[in-house]
Amino acid sequence: MADGTLTRTAVRRWPRAAGRGRRGEELTKILFVLPAAVAMVALFGYPVVKNLLMSLQDYGLRTFFTGEAPFVGLANYTAMVKDQLFSQAMVNTGLFTIGSIAFQFAIGLGLALFFRRRFPLSGFLRSMLLLPWLLPLIVSSATWRSILEQDNGILNRTLIGAGLLDDPVPWLNSPSVALIAVIGVNVWIGIPFNVTLLYSGLTEIPDELYEAGQLDGATGWSAFVHITWPNLRAVASVVLMLGVVYTIKVLDIILGLTGGGPANATQTLATQSYERSFVDFKFGEGAALSNLLIALSFLFAIFYLRGTRRAVDE
Amino acid sequence: MTDSTVRRVVFSVLGVLILVVMLFPVYWMVNASLQPSGNTLTAGLLPLDPSFSGYRRALDEQGGNLVTSLIIATGTVVLSLLIATPCAYALSQFRSRWVSIGLLAILISQMIPGIVIANALYTAYERIGLLNSIPGLILANCSSGIPFAILILRSFMLSLPPSLVEAARVDGAGLVRAFVAIVLPISKNSLITAGLFGFLFSWSDFLFALTLTTKGGARPVTLGIYQYLGTQVQNWNAVMATAVLSAIPAVVLLIVAQKYIAAGAVGGAVK
Repeated sequence: MADGTLTRTAVRRWPRAAGRGRRGEELTKILFVLPAAVAMVALFGYPVVKNLLMSLQDYGLRTFFTGEAPFVGLANYTAMVKDQLFSQAMVNTGLFTIGSIAFQFAIGLGLALFFRRRFPLSGFLRSMLLLPWLLPLIVSSATWRSILEQDNGILNRTLIGAGLLDDPVPWLNSPSVALIAVIGVNVWIGIPFNVTLLYSGLTEIPDELYEAGQLDGATGWSAFVHITWPNLRAVASVVLMLGVVYTIKVLDIILGLTGGGPANATQTLATQSYERSFVDFKFGEGAALSNLLIALSFLFAIFYLRGTRRAVDE
Repeated sequence: MTDSTVRRVVFSVLGVLILVVMLFPVYWMVNASLQPSGNTLTAGLLPLDPSFSGYRRALDEQGGNLVTSLIIATGTVVLSLLIATPCAYALSQFRSRWVSIGLLAILISQMIPGIVIANALYTAYERIGLLNSIPGLILANCSSGIPFAILILRSFMLSLPPSLVEAARVDGAGLVRAFVAIVLPISKNSLITAGLFGFLFSWSDFLFALTLTTKGGARPVTLGIYQYLGTQVQNWNAVMATAVLSAIPAVVLLIVAQKYIAAGAVGGAVK
């Protein structure tokens, strides 16, 4: 009966809908996408093109008064490479990215495997674990700065109190330690994201695989190598790529914790790009540095896409 | 039987320990915020003699900034959802070769560092007078809100059965009416998820606040905290009280909207 009603109304109303015409409908479809397309062009397309142009221009403080930004070819890029800080910023960016990713992935995977076991409170604890990831980064920076404070910070007080240290460690004030401290904080922030994604990947591995593996004697480590890891690889590579793309451009944490110091020990390409543009008002040089950041992100994305395609082909 | 019960309890205890270690900094933030003013770094493990002077000072000095953050975050959510929702629907239901191009564009956009957007927007805002303004920051924050909302909403709308909309269309409803009357109500949960994350992104924004405001006008609380940190910190209790107040949206979301949060984290990243 329901079918009959549907057919009747369809027959009755169809001509009207059809009369509205196909072209009207195509237009409506375009209107669905248009605002988003305009926004994406304005918020991503324009900035990318503008940055490319600015990186080829002498775009500085003067530009804002005279409106003139003469084209200077690759001068901003040569200035960028010749900068004494450039190689240090490159090394710091590499260390910061690799260190952050390696530890947050390893710890995240460990915790995801732990929470995969069924025990009371597992779900609740796992979701509470997300908190560090949801906090504003500058809030985490402020908190960690008070914890890592050299003289009275709780970390040094605890370590000395436990007899593990004789003298307080200048976590954020010593050039040799600051980068490690900043990486540590970034790892803390990144762990929840890694746990959540890897956990959801783990839950998609069917239990039957483990049951079958058990018959073949695959338990513990051997089950991980032969069942868990191969099935988790696709999710793991997404997690790693997102990790790189995100970490390579981190600014909040470094500015909040050390401001790039001490003695530039925590300067990265991202903080340099910020300083060139918004502290020195050399927008051309800032744009050159940030274009390098885009290029590095793309490079990793291409590796990732090639890697996943190979994984699918297998 | 009892053996497995013991193991389950051991795992629960271990899990609690992991959580205690991971969330210690959050606890420390609250603890330090409740210490009497002066050098709160010497705080004990418990706020045995809690003082609210930090909060009084935080509200005095940062209350306005908190309101600014609230306005910016709310504005970003509204604008992002208005723009993203129809597009997400189109990308999930319309058949066109443009769909994969659109998705690729969104994927690539995620690799553009915020500093690139800030660089370009600063020069553009300078010309059109959007620097130091709330609308300017709302627009900039949409750069994270819109793509994320499109991805979240699309991954949900992909699961809508086409027959649902077709039935309404057959009844004579146009595309827009079918979308508003049928698709939007069913998508309520994913709209909430996308909205929550959009709120959190722009509430947490620091980069655009730092670069696109140079004086007065629009100052979100993230910038307020940064300015506290700028000089040698004298009053950690006020800094930490501001930090606690700024953490409230994250905590509320986590407790009230748990299932949306996990869904959003996974949906936005992988699907």
